[in-house]
Amino acid sequence: MNRKLSVLLFSRKAWVFPYVAFAALFIVLPLLLIVGFAFTDETGAFTFENFSNFFAQSEAIHIFVYSIGIAIVTTVFCILLGYPAAWILSQSDMNRSQTLVMLFILPMWVNILVRTLATVALFDFLRIPLGEGALIFGMVYNFIPFMIYPIYNTLQKMDKGYIEAAQDLGAAPWQVFLKVVLPLSLPGIVSGIMMVFMPTISTFAIAEILTLNNIKLFGTTIQENINNSMWNYGAALSLIMLLFIGITSIFNSDDKEHSNEGGGLW
Amino acid sequence: MVKRLLSRAYLWLLLLVLYAPVLIIIIFSFTESKVLGNWTGFSTELYTSLFDYSIHHSLINALWNTLTIALIAATVSTILGTMAAIGLFNLRGASKRTIGMVNSIPILNGDIITGISLFLLFVSLGITQGYTTVVLAHITFCTPYVVLCVLPRLKQMNPNIYEAALDLGATPFQAVRKVIFPEIKSGMISGFILSVTLSIDDFAVTVFTIGNQGLETLSTYIYADARKGGLTPELRPLSAVIFVVVLSLLFIINYRSTRQNKKKGGKR
Repeated sequence: MNRKLSVLLFSRKAWVFPYVAFAALFIVLPLLLIVGFAFTDETGAFTFENFSNFFAQSEAIHIFVYSIGIAIVTTVFCILLGYPAAWILSQSDMNRSQTLVMLFILPMWVNILVRTLATVALFDFLRIPLGEGALIFGMVYNFIPFMIYPIYNTLQKMDKGYIEAAQDLGAAPWQVFLKVVLPLSLPGIVSGIMMVFMPTISTFAIAEILTLNNIKLFGTTIQENINNSMWNYGAALSLIMLLFIGITSIFNSDDKEHSNEGGGLW
Repeated sequence: MVKRLLSRAYLWLLLLVLYAPVLIIIIFSFTESKVLGNWTGFSTELYTSLFDYSIHHSLINALWNTLTIALIAATVSTILGTMAAIGLFNLRGASKRTIGMVNSIPILNGDIITGISLFLLFVSLGITQGYTTVVLAHITFCTPYVVLCVLPRLKQMNPNIYEAALDLGATPFQAVRKVIFPEIKSGMISGFILSVTLSIDDFAVTVFTIGNQGLETLSTYIYADARKGGLTPELRPLSAVIFVVVLSLLFIINYRSTRQNKKKGGKR
């Protein structure tokens, strides 16, 4: 009996049990609670009211659409500015580019609020007024490392032979880029979009600070509702965002795994 | 040649923009002016007054809370995550996939969703939110990263040496301690350091689980400060110190991982 018990306790599979219990309580149950709260009212009765409220309020929908718009603009800027950087980094020799990539990733480990406040300071310093432009700059500034890194990773692993082959076969430089390099680096772009787009739609503090609270993003709306004890409505808004994240990540699940394999951020 | 020069210039320009705000903070931490951007002569006064407990007890308390929360959360996450990784590595099939998927939820989810979901959990269970709930929340989003740090080390390990240790008379516990542990130690350390940085950095999850008992971490303190409009001048030297500390931690991690990569490359 004693021996059996010890075999069970020290069988290596059993080591996962504490985490399974922990994850059930702190990861799975809380998500179910979001769903539960979203479909009930304050008394706990089942209702669709939270969602009909959302779709009835033009302001709430406006903020949601506007947030997605800001997220798209941010993501596009990140691609346009980050892709050339990733390309240049992937061209330089190995040791040098490793260090340079580190330099690009470094700022994102500084507290996001401190960085944003520093951006505000920079804008004050240059006498640039805060507002939508500052918001987009701040977002791009905060998230561009997440775009550069995965693109750099795929470009780094790309077989350079394809480029040479295309050139030998008479392709012009722009053709080489459009028909060879871009398609091959698509997985990197896709996971970059994931890593930029997702956090951008869910930020709240950054927008408040960079626009002096003049522009509201969806994250801010959620936070305000939770703070004002409108838990059920807040949960419904969270569920809408969760579904949005879920749908976007299903499209990318394969690429996500690839980028994790490439790892090395830590 | 011109192309090379241009591409170099582009990289350095981008880096300059990325670092400009941080540089401004660091530069203006060496002057006494209340307003950022106003240079009133070189001084290290802010660095001294930062640690003056009589003036800045709330800031120092917030810093202390941030550090202790990070250390507790990272320690628990490292133990929990390592055990989970060892168990997960030896599992097969559907249960392995399911646990792996659940493990990735806090990573994929927006911070705000993780924060709100935990907020609803604590509210539903009737738990008063405070220090403990913040620690639990931080363990929740740190552990998945530890699992992801340790798993690759287990995959690299020769699976036979554990069996060999058992055959040579080690108890399973001894075998884990003396054979598996040394192999995955580097992954555990990376996971621990990563957890510390994630925890110190976190704002969104903390703000939803910190409750209203007056507890503050650095993030919530800065947030409250920024909302009031004026930044406490001492936050400048503090941010500068944090930046330098994080920088050094990152260089340690990077140094470790490149050394390991070299080792790996050598074996191949």
